[in-house]
Amino acid sequence: MSITYLEAIRAAQAKALAEDERVFIYGQDVAAFGGAFKATKTLSKEFPGRVIDAPISEDAIAGLAIGAAIEGMRPIVEMQFADFSSIAFNQIVNQAATQYWRTGVSCPLIIRLPSGGTDGSGPFHSQSMESLYSHYPGLIVMTPATVEDAYGMLLEAVAIEDPVIFCEHKFLYYHLKAEGLPDSILPVGKARIARAGRHATVVTCSAMVHESLRAAQELVNDGYEIEVVDLRTAKPIDTDTVLASVARTGRLLCVGEAFPWGGLTAEVVSRVVSEGFHLLDAPPKRLNAKDTPIPYHPNLWRVHRPTSQSIAAALRDLLSL
Amino acid sequence: MAETASQLSDAKLTARQRYLDAFRWMLLARILEEKLARLYRAGMIVGGVYIGRGQEAFSAALGMQLNRQEGDVYAPLIRDQAGRLAFGEAILDATRTYLGSVKGPMRGRDGNIHRGRPKQGLIAMISHLGTAISVANGMLVAKRFRGETQSIGGVCIGDGGTSAGAFHEAVNQAAVEKLPLIIAVADNQFAYSTPRDRQFACKDLVDRAIGYGIEGYSIDGTDLNACLETFAKAAQRARSGHGPQMVVGHLLRLSGHGEHDDASYIAPELKNQQYGGDCLEISTAHILGQEWMDETEMEALKAELQEQVDEAVATAQKEPAPDPFQESWHALATKHLTEGTPGI
Ligand SMILES: Cc1ncc(C[n+]2csc(CCOP(=O)(O)OP(=O)(O)O)c2C)c(N)n1
Repeated sequence: MSITYLEAIRAAQAKALAEDERVFIYGQDVAAFGGAFKATKTLSKEFPGRVIDAPISEDAIAGLAIGAAIEGMRPIVEMQFADFSSIAFNQIVNQAATQYWRTGVSCPLIIRLPSGGTDGSGPFHSQSMESLYSHYPGLIVMTPATVEDAYGMLLEAVAIEDPVIFCEHKFLYYHLKAEGLPDSILPVGKARIARAGRHATVVTCSAMVHESLRAAQELVNDGYEIEVVDLRTAKPIDTDTVLASVARTGRLLCVGEAFPWGGLTAEVVSRVVSEGFHLLDAPPKRLNAKDTPIPYHPNLWRVHRPTSQSIAAALRDLLSL
Repeated sequence: MAETASQLSDAKLTARQRYLDAFRWMLLARILEEKLARLYRAGMIVGGVYIGRGQEAFSAALGMQLNRQEGDVYAPLIRDQAGRLAFGEAILDATRTYLGSVKGPMRGRDGNIHRGRPKQGLIAMISHLGTAISVANGMLVAKRFRGETQSIGGVCIGDGGTSAGAFHEAVNQAAVEKLPLIIAVADNQFAYSTPRDRQFACKDLVDRAIGYGIEGYSIDGTDLNACLETFAKAAQRARSGHGPQMVVGHLLRLSGHGEHDDASYIAPELKNQQYGGDCLEISTAHILGQEWMDETEMEALKAELQEQVDEAVATAQKEPAPDPFQESWHALATKHLTEGTPGI
């Protein structure tokens, strides 16, 4: 039985609802309609009263989840698009993320962010916000790249005592399929070697793992073996796995779909430079989206974000140094 | 000539006792905040001091309707010392937090009015105005899931805070969910230096209740009886399934925004206009006029409360400040996922 990334997210929520009575889902159009992407399809019927439609009030949606979490529930919030979580940003970074540290009372909630670009989505339905949320202390930021991780990490997120930002990639929703759902996954906080290699390391996450894997495949023809590290979580970063990979390859390219100023790729480069400078045979590189809003037209969008071609080009460049 | 106790009906006795109970919280809050202000002026408090002078009646009347033991939740703001005390917050929580004792609920990690005990229903306010209302909503939703339908919530906001998007989103959310929530709006005519005509254009903020589809009350926030009666009614309505209740109290901020602010922008005449009075003076006069207490008893009460406050200050002052080397510096409950500080 093959299952998509999106179906895995739905299945994880169904399992969480079935096994943990503290879990409920709150978001716009999530109940009878099943969510804008159908990630909660039929769940309101299967779990009456526990999948709740919210008004268009992202601030209050996050706030309600925070209050419920403080009271011992395990709310799963669906933002209709990651981009709209900007309205909830204040509640997430100032209320949820500070709660445990300030009061000693933990705030276990999940904010699901349908993230990243797809054809024709434009500036306000395409954003990747993992770096923004990772900047703030008190949050765990997950960026699953596989069907298995989408499922397993969402279930892990329910078990975690802290607020989790769950960046699920819309580009992977329907494209990505697996043969079944895993019984277990790598522990949260551990990166995964998505492809082993010895000439250069690509560190990335989410949809960019797949672009990077394609680029790595392309470079086989040039005689290069590229290692691809899937971070899995933007926060925490598994620096050890990254450094071990760079120790094997001597070269580092960080690929991210988010905007280029700062962020996850910059953080990884910074850590490798400061903790593993001696491991590097060439200056580390970063490849991100362009420093403009995300364009609507597919012709523009495909160039705005990194793709297997631009990643392959960056790798060739890196390998020539 | 005042009636003697034997001539009073039970209802009147209860009303009198409630008035006197409220007065006690008001007076305690006033004495505590005056002490904190003195400590601030003496340079013994780091950061700001924010007081609720003139708002004690309105604040205490809400706090008294909430029952911590019964699972009620309360989201006070910066001028709700009286309500906090009535709700059951210990004086020590205030003095420890203001004075930076590591034994306080915030352990030096947060200060002054940014304190609470969420597990006991007391939301620890963040600075961002309006944001605690949806948190209270969430706590009530959690209780509803668990079938604890007797609990209600009380949230506080100022006239300025009602302009925040978070306020609107949360009140609308409470209305949609029909939550048992009391929204206390203290319209003290100023938000920091901004007068109410630069804040909103409706006549009375209670008009908004209509738009939200909730029940609303507009009262003289300096009149303790009005406050007590209205919040009692609002609480009873909330508890019996009538959804959110908005109580707008008209009063005047009788202090600076914080103790750093001389509030020279507030025209002195405002104090002589309607709602400009001091609820504590008004209720003191009422109690003496009704002969519920005499001057000597009043002085004795003040001395008793002063002693409680002085003791709580002295205790907090003797306690250790947070030690950066003992601090865990962990923002996550999940310790093994804490990153630490890379590069150090
Ligand atoms: C969202 C937000 N913006 C600005 C501030 C800064 N601030 C703190 S209190 C205050 C005035 C609040 O006025 P009001 O709500 O009327 O309450 P009052 O101080 O009069 O009791 C301001 C502007 C804040 N805390 N939160």
